[in-house]
Amino acid sequence: MPERAIPAPFSEYELGTPYDEMFRANGRARQHYKALYSKLLSLPSDELLRSKQEADLSFFNQGITFTVYGREEGTERIFPHDLLPRIIPASEWDTIEKGLTQRITALNLFLKDIYNERKILSDGIIPGEIIYTCKHFRRQMRGVKVPRDVYVSVCGTDLIRLPSGEFVVLEDNLRVPSGVSYMLTSRKVMKQTFPILFRKCGVRPIEQYSQALLSTLRSLAPEGRSSLTIVLLTPGVYNSAYFEHTYLARQMGIELVEGRDLVVHDNIVYMRTTSGLQRVDVIYRRVDDDFLDPLTFRADSELGAPGLFNAYRAGNVVLANALGTGVADDKAIYAYVPKMIQYYLGETPILNNVETFLMSNDKERDHVCGNLEKYVVKAVGESGGYGMLIGPHSTKQQQEEFRLRIMEQPRNYIAQPTLALSTAPCFTEDGQIEPRHIDLRPYVLFGEKVTIVPGGLTRVALRKGSLVVNSSQGGGSKDTWVLQS
Amino acid sequence: MLSRVADSLYWMSRYFERATHCSRVLEANYSLMLNPGKLSTEQRWQNIMGHLGLEGDESRIEPQAAIMKLMSDPQISSSIVSCITSARENASQVREQISSEMWERLNQLYHEVVQTAANMYSDSDVLRLFMALREGGYKFIGVTDSSMNHGEGWHFIQFGKYIERTSSLPLLIEAVFSAQQGADDLDWVGLLTSCSAFEAYCKVYTADLKPERVAEFLLLNPEFPYTARYSTEKMQHALEGIRRTTPGRRFSEIERIVGRLHASLAYAQIDDIMSRDFERFLESIIEQCQSLHSAAHEAYIDYPIESAFEA
Repeated sequence: MPERAIPAPFSEYELGTPYDEMFRANGRARQHYKALYSKLLSLPSDELLRSKQEADLSFFNQGITFTVYGREEGTERIFPHDLLPRIIPASEWDTIEKGLTQRITALNLFLKDIYNERKILSDGIIPGEIIYTCKHFRRQMRGVKVPRDVYVSVCGTDLIRLPSGEFVVLEDNLRVPSGVSYMLTSRKVMKQTFPILFRKCGVRPIEQYSQALLSTLRSLAPEGRSSLTIVLLTPGVYNSAYFEHTYLARQMGIELVEGRDLVVHDNIVYMRTTSGLQRVDVIYRRVDDDFLDPLTFRADSELGAPGLFNAYRAGNVVLANALGTGVADDKAIYAYVPKMIQYYLGETPILNNVETFLMSNDKERDHVCGNLEKYVVKAVGESGGYGMLIGPHSTKQQQEEFRLRIMEQPRNYIAQPTLALSTAPCFTEDGQIEPRHIDLRPYVLFGEKVTIVPGGLTRVALRKGSLVVNSSQGGGSKDTWVLQS
Repeated sequence: MLSRVADSLYWMSRYFERATHCSRVLEANYSLMLNPGKLSTEQRWQNIMGHLGLEGDESRIEPQAAIMKLMSDPQISSSIVSCITSARENASQVREQISSEMWERLNQLYHEVVQTAANMYSDSDVLRLFMALREGGYKFIGVTDSSMNHGEGWHFIQFGKYIERTSSLPLLIEAVFSAQQGADDLDWVGLLTSCSAFEAYCKVYTADLKPERVAEFLLLNPEFPYTARYSTEKMQHALEGIRRTTPGRRFSEIERIVGRLHASLAYAQIDDIMSRDFERFLESIIEQCQSLHSAAHEAYIDYPIESAFEA
């Protein structure tokens, strides 16, 4: 690799195969990063450290913390946050926005089809078996009328950028995606940290997210109800995303309820208040399908409300997202999304998938099993970075173990080539700025129309060289700036 | 307001009051125990231990050990540690409903109590814990009154605090009065101090300590915050506040119980009370508090669904 002279605090900054968000291969800063770049060069070395400490303190004081469990006293620590923003120019965002809109439209059409006419199966585009063996497929949803045919109204799609600079979809999170509160609170902190840079760069606002979410929920309400009661259903204080639930409920000015607050009577859902029972029209639920109604799903669940599903089926209450959306973000069914876009919309996908091999396909399985050291193998039902094999970083023994697992349950696994996630500058603990791998999770809202606030959660693998961005495994976040022009 | 939220606020407040009550009583009696032993005090001591939740053989253990147990034993549900833990548990369920200052105070006190309780070896640890509870108690009450809307939630907090205060007082009085050996001045000082009431009593009656005056002050005085009458008035006020924010709920039973309890204290004369069955009078206060709790619980928290559709 040729010597590149990037001045301090970038002297440790190495450029390699992955696409770097800030620098071109020749070590020059990209146009949309120039303002940040020159700002960083001009700052006294301890100034960044001070800003970092102030930002951390601000997160702590706002209570944006994770509770670490397992110990007698719950200890709190802040969500790891990197000081330097990730910047996306207007033209690139335009593509992302169009691509996500296309994708969520197709996914909703797919869900409607799967739970009603099943044309895509009878037309032989997707094998029926892969749908019926998916553990998130809900038979109970067959023929259920869903308001506006919107199954997925809140979605957080994970995008990554390939070495070529192209954004591709790694995962659609269509059940109960989280993280949006970190997007919103980190913006607030960044505005205090870099006020001048904001003005100079022309960063598009994201603060309207809560209003947009509320209007989305409102647009799904049952017809003929004069004054609406919308609530957020949380599994409770012990859920790791509880902070987000309280945050969003407060921002939208709606009641935060738990399953035990809800009562279903004659197929109508009420919440128990000190003034009596109050009818509930729309539930933004942050509880998984399995736990929503012990009469229909898991009988041992205490997080939902008995009878909720029947009230939902009767059309007396709306759940957002609908039930059974997980069938469309199953990692094996994901492989068919480009075909869905073609099938339902007659368009070519604007955002491509990551190349994916289905282990249920004999040819693909044989190929992958012979070359496990080159692939990332994922269990289709897992998330959060669990249950995966990262080929290049694995031992022979681990590969053998996965080979056996794949042979045993081929439907449960997929494989993808090892991806070089793009890198972005991060402020390290020893005061340097170094590249770290990142992804991007924009939040898509679908009600009367599709709304995507310009930005998202950029997740960072804070450990050097690591590709795992999940917060449960050493990941952090960055503010994401989408530029006006 | 969600019923669950109201319930958590109520219990947060009750448990907090219970913890500080326990601490006040122990602190007052701890100082009495430092005097040379005499029979009357010992008997009273055992009654008080019973009142605070140490029963049978446990109440006969050595006073120092009993104090330690009541402060720091998480196995005893009425110990200070248990009560503060329960108060915090309830607060954490409704963290969004209380002010952040309230949460901080409670959390801070919790950590202090848990840490001190886990390492209690000497008298100075005991005294430090008393101090923490006393100061922490005043701070929490202070921020509760000054940093939160005095709306429905606040009224549930007040209701919890004063029902706890009203129902724990009769047992304490009985524990001192029922001992067969005559009590002396120090025992009366102990009782008044257990209710932070010694100075306030002296302002009304001077330091001339007479059993019926002590009883009159603690039960019937309308001006001092730890008396039964004052607490009942506050309960009445809190329940009235709750009623105003919850139109459509049935209130008559609650109003009847709290009104009768209040009348029995406001229009009573101590000679009258003490010349009849004093013990029965004290018990009836506790019983009325229990009925009040049940009535409020049924009206606002755990009402049958059918009743909600009749309205």
